[in-house]
Amino acid sequence: MSTPVSGLPLRVVRRLAVFLVSVLVASVLVFWVGSALPGNVAQVVLGVQATPDAVARLQHDFGLDRPWPVRYLFWLGGLLHGDLGRSYLTGEPVLSQVVPRLEVTGWLVGLAMLLAVLLAVPAGMWAAVRRRHADGFAVSALSQVGLAVPGFWLGILASLVFAVRLGWLPANGYLPLADGIGGWAAHMVLPVVSLALVQASVLARYVRSATIEVLREDYYRTARAGGWRTVPALLRHGLRNVALPVVTVIGLQLATLLAGAIIIESVFALPGLGRLLLDAVAQRDLMVVQGIVLLLVVAVLAINALVDLSYALLDPRLRSEGRDRG
Amino acid sequence: MRRRLGLVVAVVTGLAVMLAGCSGPGARSSGNRLPANTLVIGATAEPPTLDPTVNNAAAIPQVLLYNVYETLVKVDGTGQLQGLLAKDWTVSPDRRTYTFHLQPGATFASGRPVSATDVKWSIERIVSADTSSVLKTQMAVVDTVTAVDDHTAEVTLKRPSNSWLWNMSSTAGIVIDSQSGADLATTPAGSGPYALKAWAKGSQIELVRNGTYWGTRAGVDAVTFRYFTDANAMNAAMLSGDLNVISNVQAPQALDRFSDTSRYTVMQGTTNGEVVLGMNNLNPALKDVRVRRAITYAIDRKALLASVWNGKGTLIGSMVPPTDPWYEDLAGAYPYDPAKAKELLKEAGYENGLTLRLRLPTLAYATGAGRFVQSQLAAVGITVVIDELEFPARWIDVAMRQSDYDLTIVAHVEPRDMVNFADPSYYWHYDSETFRGLMAAADAGTPQEYIDDQRAAARVLSDDAAADWLFLLPNLVVTTPQVTGLNANATSLSFDVTRAAVGS
Repeated sequence: MSTPVSGLPLRVVRRLAVFLVSVLVASVLVFWVGSALPGNVAQVVLGVQATPDAVARLQHDFGLDRPWPVRYLFWLGGLLHGDLGRSYLTGEPVLSQVVPRLEVTGWLVGLAMLLAVLLAVPAGMWAAVRRRHADGFAVSALSQVGLAVPGFWLGILASLVFAVRLGWLPANGYLPLADGIGGWAAHMVLPVVSLALVQASVLARYVRSATIEVLREDYYRTARAGGWRTVPALLRHGLRNVALPVVTVIGLQLATLLAGAIIIESVFALPGLGRLLLDAVAQRDLMVVQGIVLLLVVAVLAINALVDLSYALLDPRLRSEGRDRG
Repeated sequence: MRRRLGLVVAVVTGLAVMLAGCSGPGARSSGNRLPANTLVIGATAEPPTLDPTVNNAAAIPQVLLYNVYETLVKVDGTGQLQGLLAKDWTVSPDRRTYTFHLQPGATFASGRPVSATDVKWSIERIVSADTSSVLKTQMAVVDTVTAVDDHTAEVTLKRPSNSWLWNMSSTAGIVIDSQSGADLATTPAGSGPYALKAWAKGSQIELVRNGTYWGTRAGVDAVTFRYFTDANAMNAAMLSGDLNVISNVQAPQALDRFSDTSRYTVMQGTTNGEVVLGMNNLNPALKDVRVRRAITYAIDRKALLASVWNGKGTLIGSMVPPTDPWYEDLAGAYPYDPAKAKELLKEAGYENGLTLRLRLPTLAYATGAGRFVQSQLAAVGITVVIDELEFPARWIDVAMRQSDYDLTIVAHVEPRDMVNFADPSYYWHYDSETFRGLMAAADAGTPQEYIDDQRAAARVLSDDAAADWLFLLPNLVVTTPQVTGLNANATSLSFDVTRAAVGS
């Protein structure tokens, strides 16, 4: 007979197993889809004037003439040693190409997510509490509009207004944080805000409906009847219940956010993972493509695993359910 | 409590505004962000590696040729060959032996003098080492290279070849420091007026003036090539003062944004980029010269240029840009005449129509021109089925390697690439003995015969309607008015900044 506390480690182990199997399946899919892409890197390297002989020779040098399952096994062997292979185009290890780009994309996605949560939680709650009033309705309407606006369009608009017209911020490019916070922040503001606003709109709608649920709950009405005012009652009793659906949505939205980051990086000429991925796809540098896609897939799977586990922390009922099944 | 919730919203909003504002105006002010006496150039494609001898990406010589690496001879802004590391050169009467006299004071960025041994090493490296097959082909005609003394190099060819000397002015002819031992993929070893300072992958390449340069000192302290995948982002950077040069505007429609002459100078020159409507001669209909001529008559190239490229660019009529010495204006050879086109189609037996697959690379000029071509050919009874192929990977694979297309549109940007029509296995499968004969004679002939025979060859292409030369891509360079010394014409693969200056 396990206690509620021992239910949690079991849940962690089970979730970890699911995570590892998913990563393995994903790696096969990523590699297979990559190798099914028409066009080849040897032709791109050699250019339009290359002879078919030279292309075939380079294909052989790259090992691309071997069947994909064989290449996959070599790749997997490397992965187990933390080696993502080498770029066909530059000969550089994929990992050393990816790491500097991770800084850019990591900041971009992380800050955008943070800003989105900071904007969406109060806005969504406001829209719920004031849903029968004009201001609450306005917040809802605004989030609807935000949903419909593509992030890249917002990005182009923001750079036209704040960089070109007003000259307050650089239109594009990136300075590493190590070179000083001022320049780094100046380059991050527009991309982060463009990415965050769309995300905040999505989140705000979930926060709003989750809050409305809470407002209808008995415990909330009891608290109100006991003399609590709206906001303290919500913060004290509602936040935890609002958090659950919101955390789920954040986890699900991460993949969209990464996709949005690829486009935003292009709009603001940020040297992030997304741009590296786009270039590598165009040039059929499959090692780089596969390496990045696998990293992104692992990131999304890991976040989803963490979201699952966070349920247990947020809601004790789910924790004991885990124990019962275990 | 409504007040408190209001407070929370206000604090969060305040935070967001602060985040947006704190770093804003302080550091930089609009329009004057660039350090003095530097060039920051916006460009579209980043080099995959810095070794131009192993990879044919045009982005590599764009940065390095003439600026960082030098050649014995150089193409100037009007398309003429000039001496660079070679003070002068002589050609033997049988046109097979070239004797180059090197600049006596020339040194590499490392400080080593440029000697005939480096010339020999560099050429032999192209021929024998693991370098790009295109360069190997260009240098295949070399028989021997000898270092006669420190400052004299002698190259003997297997047969006379004018194109060889021309190729020596480009990547194949760069002279590399034979003692550098550096990995050329990341560290150039050249003798140019600039040296590599830093390469921030995914974003920019920085060059600095080589303080000990042997020749005329470069006018600008530092040159940065910044890379953009999105043309809008590049324009925005120029408009907000983050750049002082756009190396080539990719969408002529955007030029309107740089019309304020007090802030911008727009240079319009020529390139080597012939936008070719290729016709696959493996298709029996297109093997018939009457059909090819009909297609050429059926397309109003002037209207096409106006509609897809804002009228910027040049109508050429054959595979020759105006900067080649054998250029003549053949743009009027097939005036727009749909009636004549129909007549020719009828003669060829296609009065009941003809269906062709137009496979386009996903490039702005190609997809734009493709739709125009489709509607104009429809008017003479040719049904065009458009199919877009991702560029470069799929287009190169399907259209170029497998020749699986009837019509296609792509810009051929290599200098003097008319020679491709002499190869019947090339993806057009154009096969003309007359043309091949003229090209061979041109290559082997005297400088005058070279010009005459190339001109005659270009006429053969035009007569045969070997392709329809839709237009020549323009070179559209935008700079701030302070920038001078850039070439209007893109005659070589280099974005030559050796004579650039930034006034105040």
